[in-house]
Order: sequence, then C-alpha cells, then structure tokens
Amino acid sequence: MKTQQSPRDYVAEHVRKIPRSGIRDFFEIVQSMSDVISLGIGEPDFVTPWHIREAAIFSLERGRTGYTSNLGMPALRREISRYVQENFGVRYDPASEILVSVGVSEAIDLALRAILNPGDEVVYHEPCYVSYSPSITLAHGKPVAVSTRAEDGFVLRAEDLERAITPRTKAVMLNFPTNPTGGTLPRAEQEKIARVCIEHDLIVLTDEIYSELTYAGGHQSITTVPGMRERTIFLHGFSKAFAMTGFRIGYACAPAALTEAMMRIHQYSMLCASITGQEAALEALKNGQSAMIKMREEYQRRRNFLVHHFNAMGLDCHEPKGAFYVFPSIRRTGLSSREFALKLLEDKKVAVVPGDAFGPGGAGYVRCSYATAQDQLEVAVQRMGDFVKAL
Amino acid sequence: MDPILSILEANALASPESIAVQLKMPVEKVREKIRHLEEEKIILGYRAIINDDKAGRKNVQAVIEVRISPERDGGFDRIASRISRFDEVQSCRLMSGGYDLLVLVEGEDLRTVASFVSQRLATIQGVLSTATHFQLKTYKEMGTLYPEETFDERLKISP
Repeated sequence: MKTQQSPRDYVAEHVRKIPRSGIRDFFEIVQSMSDVISLGIGEPDFVTPWHIREAAIFSLERGRTGYTSNLGMPALRREISRYVQENFGVRYDPASEILVSVGVSEAIDLALRAILNPGDEVVYHEPCYVSYSPSITLAHGKPVAVSTRAEDGFVLRAEDLERAITPRTKAVMLNFPTNPTGGTLPRAEQEKIARVCIEHDLIVLTDEIYSELTYAGGHQSITTVPGMRERTIFLHGFSKAFAMTGFRIGYACAPAALTEAMMRIHQYSMLCASITGQEAALEALKNGQSAMIKMREEYQRRRNFLVHHFNAMGLDCHEPKGAFYVFPSIRRTGLSSREFALKLLEDKKVAVVPGDAFGPGGAGYVRCSYATAQDQLEVAVQRMGDFVKAL
Repeated sequence: MDPILSILEANALASPESIAVQLKMPVEKVREKIRHLEEEKIILGYRAIINDDKAGRKNVQAVIEVRISPERDGGFDRIASRISRFDEVQSCRLMSGGYDLLVLVEGEDLRTVASFVSQRLATIQGVLSTATHFQLKTYKEMGTLYPEETFDERLKISP
C-alpha cells in the first residue's frame, strides 16, 4: 500500500508552480479597512444599463432557463457576427466561427488549451493582465514575457517580439488597449507584428475586451491585417464596454477548425454560458450603443483629469489611449510600487495597485483605475497630492 | 451638446478648474464659456434635486391638463406664457394629443392648489378646460431615483 501524502502533495505540479496573485494579497489588506477610496477596481462603476438588465429579467419571466447550444444562442452569434463586422471590419460565420464563452477569461483558457502542446511557448507583452502567464502554464505551455516601456506608450515592438521567438514558439497573446497600462497598438506596429507572426507561422490570440474604450483615432484589430484572419483568435466580451462584468459573457471568433477545437473543450467543461447572460448580451448588442458611448465620454474626461493631476503632483504619467487605467511612475518617490501602495493606503486611505502585480515590468508604477465616480477621483487626487508632498 | 453642459447637467457643483482638466481646456476659457452659456440663457439656473419626503416638505403637487383655444396671431404662446408667470406653476409645456398644456403646480396644501386651478387658471380667457391630477408619490426626479440606489458592491481591488 502506498503511504498517504499530505494534501498539499496531491496538488498537480504545474498548479503548484503558479504564484499567488499579487493583487490577492493587497486585496485582503484593502478589504479589511473602511472608508477607502479605491482606484484599484478593474470593472466599470456604471451599473449595467437598465434596458439590458430588463431584457435579462424578461427572459427569466418567459421561462428561458435552459441550456443553449454549446456555441451559444444562434441569435446572439448572428448579432456578434454583425457587430464584429460593423465595428472591426472582419466577418465571422455565426454557424461555425463564433463561440460564446463564460467571460473572455474562459475564451482565453479554451484558446490556449486548444492550440498548445506541452512545452509550446507563448509570447505575451508585460505589464499585462494577471491571468495570462498562469493561463499559459495551466495549458502546459511556457509563458515568455516581452517588456513594453512607458516612453513607448507601452506598445509592443515587433523587434522585441521577434527576439523572444524560438523554434518552440506557437502563439502570441495581445491585449490592446492594455490592462493595466491603457496602451494601444498603432496600425503600423500591428503590420510589423503581423509580418513577424506570418514569417514564423504563429497563432495570435488578441484580447480586445477594452477596444470600445479607445479615446483617440478609433480601434483597429490586428485581425484585419491581410494574412492574419486565418491565424488569429479574436477574443472579446461584454464586461467593459457594456458594464456587464457579473454577467460573465465573452466570445471567441476564429476560423472554423479552431472554433471547433475550442468548442470540444467548452462542451465538456462549461457546456454553455448562462442563458440569462446571453439574453442580456443580445440586448446589449442590439440597443446598447448609446449608453456605451456616454460611458466612454465620461471615462475620457476622468482620464484627462487623472493624468493632469498625477503629472502636476510630480508622478510621471503618460496619457493612455484606451481602457480605464492610468499607470503613473512612482520612481521619483524612491519607494517601490508595493511600499508606495501600502503607505498611501495606510496614510491616506486611497487604494492603488502596485504595478509589479502585472509582471516585473510594472515595477516602479502603480495602476489607478478611473472606473470610479468623478467626485471620488477629486478626493483621491487631493489625498494623493498631499501624500506625495509629505514624502 | 457642449461637453461643459454634460458635466454641469450631471453635477452643477463641478468647478471650472475640474472641468478644465477633464476637457483639457484652459480654466479661463471654461469660465468664459460658462458665462456665455448663462448669458445666452442656455444654462437657465442651477438647483439642487431635493428629496421632499426626507426634507420634510409637505407641499402638494399636481399636474394639470389644460385645453386652450389657439389665437390667430400668437397660437398657444400668449396664454402659455400667461400661465407660466404664476409662482405656483413649476413647469408648463405644450403637448401633442388630447390636451394642449401640461402644467405642474405646487402649493402648500390641497386647498391652495385646488383654488389656484379653479380661480386663477380655469378663468383665464381662452382656457377651455382643466383636468387636475394630484401627485401621490415620487419615484424618480430629474433623472435621479428616489431613494438613491447605492450599488457599489464591487470588490475593492480586482484585476
């Protein structure tokens, strides 16, 4: 008989390797305090527009509470196809090239699991959303980070990407506008990155969850660069643009063979996304545009406000072109990101997220979300100004 | 619409300094534009939205449907303007449909409002009829729900 291991030893090796999220530790400290103004929240402060909530309620009243097709409700996939074609300029067949997922997070997981063989490398840009590296590890891939820089507006440079490519590289993950930097990817750089991907025969996973929140010049997807559609998995969802985080609805658009592969995993794990969420998403696409534009205008004004005040208080802050985060440098204060965030929290009860929670490249920065009401932002910058002055 | 108006409509207390930063404009320019908006009567005034129940105001409000006969040279405007001048009248609008003017009247009690309607409003020449509806309860005022819903149950830090 084998000797019983300690419960810890039962945990799979690749799961054990995953570090605890840097956000998690900090979250517990913040959560234990009262009267904190939090600039640490990665979700909209707007409530889902009422007409969308009402559509969800109506679907419940009609008794629509069952499973849907594994790929998602046909009506929703048709509407996604229309929306993506109109707003991104690329068409996906609703019958075979679109999969509705439980948030974009699930779609990322499906995409990685569908394409990676153990040991395949995936290159991503850093600072980035906290789940990319662990998601790659969980799919038995090897995460390879490429740093982006503040002086570049946190754009991924094609030459940096190319340097990270090895014979084992299978895919590249992009997220523009970026959480946490708000960086966007200009067309010229998209074209250069596309050339690299085509030359090395790489698949691109592009997480465009913040695309509607682009404040200048409009958003363009790398999918539309010639030669990219057939090697790209386009990932999008409803959380940010339509303030629907809790509905957990995202989607993946990809050539039929890739969609089919993702669907095989999805059908045996999630089965389908919640029908209530899908009904709400359908309403968002049909009638949610004007509320979305109003939210975007307000986000833009808040961004201007924060960037101005951070620079004025001596924290160098580039102007992000998208998402709802600013990423000021705190190097001048002589503190580390974590020290800055902790001391600010203790002294002034303002919560920001240490930049290195988003990868080592984020050291020396803090992420401040402006998904917070303007009156709260005004108090926050006042307190932060006092804090920096007293350092 | 002018973005300054969007900001002030949401919060009349927004300072010119804050507006200037939000819109990337010099603060002097913002002050000048606000002055201009006020002079042009685009901004008619600034007021607080008050929850009468909590403020303890016992005033009675009624909406009155008024039918009037249009005049040859002024249409509805002259009578509407005459009605609007009463202090009791909070708002007065020309409507399409079964009546002409929708008048919101406020008074100390039911009797004051009733006598205003019967003695002042209904007796104006050109007023054909009135139908008075007393307000029982307010659920939403000027885009603001009663009582304000507090929704922020978001986690204080999230990725």
